[in-house]
Amino acid sequence: MAYIPHTDKDRQEMLAEIGVAGFDELYQDVPEDVRFPDLDLPESVSEMEVMEQLQALSEANLELGHASCFLGAGAYYHYVPSVVDHILRRNEFYTAYTPYQPEISQGTLQAIFEYQSLMCQLTGMDVSNASHYDGATALAEAVILALNTHRGKRSKVILSPAIHPQYRQVVRTYTQGMDLEIAGDEKCDNGPEDLIALLDDNTTLIAVQYPDFFGHIDDYTELGKAAEDVGALFCVVANPLALGLLKPPGEFGADVVVGEGQPLGIPLSYGGPYLGIFTTSDKYVRKMAGRLVGETVDTRGQRGYVLTLTPREQHIRREKATSNICTNQGLMALASVVYLSTMGKAGLRKVAELCYNKAHYAAEKIGQIDGFKVWNFKPFFHEFVISCPRPVAEINDELLDIDIIGGYDLGQDYPDMKDHMLVAVTEMVSVDEIDDFVAALEEVANA
Amino acid sequence: MPEPLIYDLSAPGRVGVTLPDSDVPAAELPKGLVREDLPMPELSEMEVVRHFVRLSQYNHGVDIGFYPLGSCTMKYNPKINEDAARMPGFALTHPLQDPDTAQGNLALMYALQEWLKEIGGFASVSLQPAAGAHGELTGILIIRAYHRDRGDEQRTKILVPDSAHGTNPATTTMSGMEVVEIPSDERGNIDLSELQKLCGDDIAGLMLTNPNTLGLFEEHVKEVVDLIHGCGGLIYGDGANMNALLGIVRPGDLGFDVLHYNLHKTFSTPHGGGGPGSGPVGVSEKLVDFLPGPIVDILDEGDDEEPPIYGLVKPKKTIGRVKAFLGHFGMHVRAYTYMRMQGKHGLRAVSDHAVLNANYLRVKLNDTYHVPFDRINMHEFVIQGEFKDAPDVHALDISKRLMDFGIHPPTNYFPLIVPEALMIEPTETETKETLDEFIEVMKKIAREAREDPEILHTAPHETPFGRLDEVQAARQLVLCCMPADFQEKVES
Repeated sequence: MAYIPHTDKDRQEMLAEIGVAGFDELYQDVPEDVRFPDLDLPESVSEMEVMEQLQALSEANLELGHASCFLGAGAYYHYVPSVVDHILRRNEFYTAYTPYQPEISQGTLQAIFEYQSLMCQLTGMDVSNASHYDGATALAEAVILALNTHRGKRSKVILSPAIHPQYRQVVRTYTQGMDLEIAGDEKCDNGPEDLIALLDDNTTLIAVQYPDFFGHIDDYTELGKAAEDVGALFCVVANPLALGLLKPPGEFGADVVVGEGQPLGIPLSYGGPYLGIFTTSDKYVRKMAGRLVGETVDTRGQRGYVLTLTPREQHIRREKATSNICTNQGLMALASVVYLSTMGKAGLRKVAELCYNKAHYAAEKIGQIDGFKVWNFKPFFHEFVISCPRPVAEINDELLDIDIIGGYDLGQDYPDMKDHMLVAVTEMVSVDEIDDFVAALEEVANA
Repeated sequence: MPEPLIYDLSAPGRVGVTLPDSDVPAAELPKGLVREDLPMPELSEMEVVRHFVRLSQYNHGVDIGFYPLGSCTMKYNPKINEDAARMPGFALTHPLQDPDTAQGNLALMYALQEWLKEIGGFASVSLQPAAGAHGELTGILIIRAYHRDRGDEQRTKILVPDSAHGTNPATTTMSGMEVVEIPSDERGNIDLSELQKLCGDDIAGLMLTNPNTLGLFEEHVKEVVDLIHGCGGLIYGDGANMNALLGIVRPGDLGFDVLHYNLHKTFSTPHGGGGPGSGPVGVSEKLVDFLPGPIVDILDEGDDEEPPIYGLVKPKKTIGRVKAFLGHFGMHVRAYTYMRMQGKHGLRAVSDHAVLNANYLRVKLNDTYHVPFDRINMHEFVIQGEFKDAPDVHALDISKRLMDFGIHPPTNYFPLIVPEALMIEPTETETKETLDEFIEVMKKIAREAREDPEILHTAPHETPFGRLDEVQAARQLVLCCMPADFQEKVES
């Protein structure tokens, strides 16, 4: 067997050293009546055969390379420069574990330090941790940070309805044992002013999304001030790629900026693994969850990096830890650093502008079709909402016939938004593909 | 020589990638919402490559050498897994695309759910949790939801053995329940008489790692399960150590109600320098409705001509989502590839050889190092990194000295109940020659401890970096850097 190197001779010698006659004798502590179950699993296959099976499975999917994709809603199809995956395939990175032994983990540690630095610059915040599982769990951790900051004395969390619906669900899952009141997202059109009205001295955190789930770009300065006035933490869920163009949330007073790092060089991969960005201002550094890498020196006087402030973490604090998290998305964080280093200042801005311009071109064209209307009334980034003359699911079915993946059906999450489609446009679609999409919508409207 | 930081390699105007020009007219940018500075590094592609290749060379990984890090199952990660996950048909699919256009993904996830159910002896599995600790949180929330659904709201206590991973108590706190610690007895098992005293109608459940973190199979596992079930509690299984149990025993058959698997340990998905992991959760019949959703199910069985149709379903009383989308699908593909290749007999062989390697190391080391629980162990075991006649030498020194021989240290100072613990997990993928070499090195270090302890205190010597000053890192926090010109701007 390829992954078990033992010869018969090895096995005999080793069993003899241990003093047992065979493998079965190693399991005397296992209750006999349930020992050695006959598992109903397939027999082994060769590498060649498994690849054939995987090829068949993967070809049963519609891959985005063979379609025009206008679907986003929290996961975006972007170009990933070739160099990113070449670095991820360095086995020194992907076959290492948590850098508990810094003398032989400086590669991972410095890469995380650089990740933390780039995230701070991108979001305009002071501190970044080494990452959480994804954008949704990063938001849940922001809520927990706020609760810890207020030592459990505040119990109200305000969530904008324009935060990704799945993120809001994850916050509710995480906090179901914490006896919180979660307000703000009852109505899909609760805007920043409505949320400000909900703030009170029991509010531990208020969170909005930027650009929001419907694509809007809002200036949240007023909201930030209002949160500060009542002593609530102000959290922004940001798209890091949009921050290549937009004002960083740090500039409008955010206490915590979280977000989904997938747009930064991580393949869609049917939903994961992705990257949970988590950044805060200095004053929360000892309260935040997750790994942190800090700079120091070694015995030879060289600059080096270590995991730091570990007393916050579960393996030391146990039941008093700030969170149970004990990994980060190491390799995905590395992907984002390589992506940002390769794109650089000019490349990141250019991608963001390509998305912005193409989305506005598409919105303008769709707005001209009878029966469709662009719902957005504020500036938007690369996603916008259209109201449709027919159910979105029907439209998307017809679009699929010509290999177009239509937008997200908002009626699934917002009862008031039946027949509304969330359209995402990235640099991956050409003007011709946008024109084809527009033409197809026109046809659908007239059908 | 340390590698410069990415910003130190940056020069204004360099680009690492060319992008197409826009084929649409420029739209007006929103006033007051565009950023002034974008302090990102500027490098050519080759410089990016050299920087990260040089950094990679400072790392130790499984592909470089022995990595017996206890409880982490640092087995070899087959290369084919990496190719499989990158197939465009998998990598270029969107989590929200119509399930009818993602039948290959769903079929793969369904098969993985089924295999994990069979291996663990459970009624249903959710692939959503992102890591082991995330699976734990999922499992504990399921237990909480189950009791509340039955009106048993007074059940707020979770029993956690003193040998447990730190994530167990931390998870319990996150779920809003209370941790009660149970001591281990002199054979490394849960102390049954102490357990008996704690059982009552306030117990929600017990978190059990089996084999435990000493690498020992809980000798009274049935009694423990019966006691907890007898008082109305449930058993949560920490599947960190499943590598010892494939085809040996199914936790579900032992009476476990929930268990998380670690695909990155048992099923060979890479550890990635600390993640991403993947922590699917399996549950017994009575907990099926509480799983986080969606999970994959067959919507239409199909027939001789048509394949089944797969879809996503939400369990009836679900605790809710634990993350966005469907879990770490890229890891699911890798684990599927591994399990499919190993097959039923291969998986049993994995556990057999993992247990063989660990016991071989134990019997070869137990005359040089103190083994506090010196009986047949499973896939790992714990030794004490201390010597009566060399009182200044600690587990840490032994760990650091191992690096000079190209070996990653074992997990040190864990479990907490063993002083100077070194927890050793060789895994099944290592050759007898590698194990023999490790034994020799460990014996040499034991000799050095008496004859030349200084060489241990000052180790490592052969690595690119010496011991790092962790105290300074925590005292003078430097957690990020910025480009020099930006720094000036910030300061002014």
